[in-house]
Amino acid sequence: MDSSVLFSICLSIKVAAIATFFVILVGIGIAYLLAMKNFKGKVLLDIVCTLPLVLPPSVTGYYLIMLFGRNGLLGKQVYAWTGWSIMFSWQAAVLASFVVALPLMIRTTRAALETVDRELIKVSYTLGRSEIETFFRICLPLAKRGIYAGAVLSFARAMGEFGATIMVAGNIPGRTDTMPIAIYSCAGSGDWQKAHIMVALFTIISALFLLMANRFSRASV
Amino acid sequence: MIKKTNKLRTWSILLAALLYSNPLNAEELLISAAMSLKNIFEEIAPLYEQQVPDVTLRYNFGSSGTLEKQIEAGAPADVFASASQRFMDMLEERDDILASSRRDFAQNCMVLVVPADNPAKLAAFSNLKNKSCRNVAIGNPGSVPAGRYAAEVLQHMSLYKSIQKKLVYGEHVRQVLDYVARGEVDAGIVYGTDARIRSKEIRVISDAPPESHTRIYYPAAVVSSSRFKKKAAHFVKFICENSQVQKRLQAHGFNLIQTVP
Repeated sequence: MDSSVLFSICLSIKVAAIATFFVILVGIGIAYLLAMKNFKGKVLLDIVCTLPLVLPPSVTGYYLIMLFGRNGLLGKQVYAWTGWSIMFSWQAAVLASFVVALPLMIRTTRAALETVDRELIKVSYTLGRSEIETFFRICLPLAKRGIYAGAVLSFARAMGEFGATIMVAGNIPGRTDTMPIAIYSCAGSGDWQKAHIMVALFTIISALFLLMANRFSRASV
Repeated sequence: MIKKTNKLRTWSILLAALLYSNPLNAEELLISAAMSLKNIFEEIAPLYEQQVPDVTLRYNFGSSGTLEKQIEAGAPADVFASASQRFMDMLEERDDILASSRRDFAQNCMVLVVPADNPAKLAAFSNLKNKSCRNVAIGNPGSVPAGRYAAEVLQHMSLYKSIQKKLVYGEHVRQVLDYVARGEVDAGIVYGTDARIRSKEIRVISDAPPESHTRIYYPAAVVSSSRFKKKAAHFVKFICENSQVQKRLQAHGFNLIQTVP
């Protein structure tokens, strides 16, 4: 197989895996806050975290450039301190995937957490368990199924991310060309043979992954 | 009950109106043109429509490679104006354009540009090798003519291999220009005409010598599947011969093609 095809596959999996890792961490945290707590700005947090789900990826990408670009709000500071910019790096692809996949994780996890019987949580508290203990021993195990589903959806979304990624990570062969970007690039330059291979591989990988995820979540519930 | 049917009717009428609101205009020419022609072509549209009032021009700008793929796939374009001979040749080989209508109408050059504040302190092409220069934007050589010319320039100067890792590909030449203008990259290689467009945000550092790349002649031709071949041919003739167009091309920094007698 063409080494550039192999590179794109590996990069796609790497980017999606890292993005999903952070999505799970941050997503569960935010979902817990939204499901269990009442605080000022809750609605705002909910909306901001859900926006990437409904916004076109190009709009998300635009915001990311405004925030993290070399002349962006945060990107400018980072560049001034370190001389490094996230733009056109594979980390930018992780960032884009993270942002677009996060809402999926939050929404599914939040729904799962909300179905956890409040009585059980109260019982745990009255038996002297702290909130953190209760979270790990009561809430998480009971919301397991929703969390798996959220993680699978997030991974799939992160693998397929294209629009925001091409805006912040660009199309750099051998550096930032994830599968979707490499396929787009091949189709644009008439390299149909390579595009065929990658499209087929991507479909197979995605199908295998869904199959695995299905079995996994069924077996564990 | 009555209310419900009324509502249904209103919605169906609305839906029908939406579906039929875009009838195919019989006198519309679709011009698929290289991205680098965007400003000049938008400028000459009113000129042309003044001369030929029964025709409306519609533009589809993109990298010449993308446009070539679109036309090959049956896009309803009437005229193709490319930034490179290569993509026109590909269409001609398949008889997707009318070979007899094909003419060159403008010439361009390549320049090295940097953001206005020149963060990497570049002064020449050879400086691209410097450590301070982290990334260089060029068009994707596979589909963007400006990228192919840029790669040729770098190869001519024996820089291509040493800076290959710094290259960031744009999907059309204006994206390359935008990367530089926004300061996301330290340098870029674009057409001389593009560099003029955002002269406040970018600086031209060096002109690529003409012998460092294939000469950049823009060809235009009528697309074989055009429904308005006569009108399309007239448009090609217009951009090749009209003195107003030639003046504007020059004002934008294009060189004219010297016709050999």
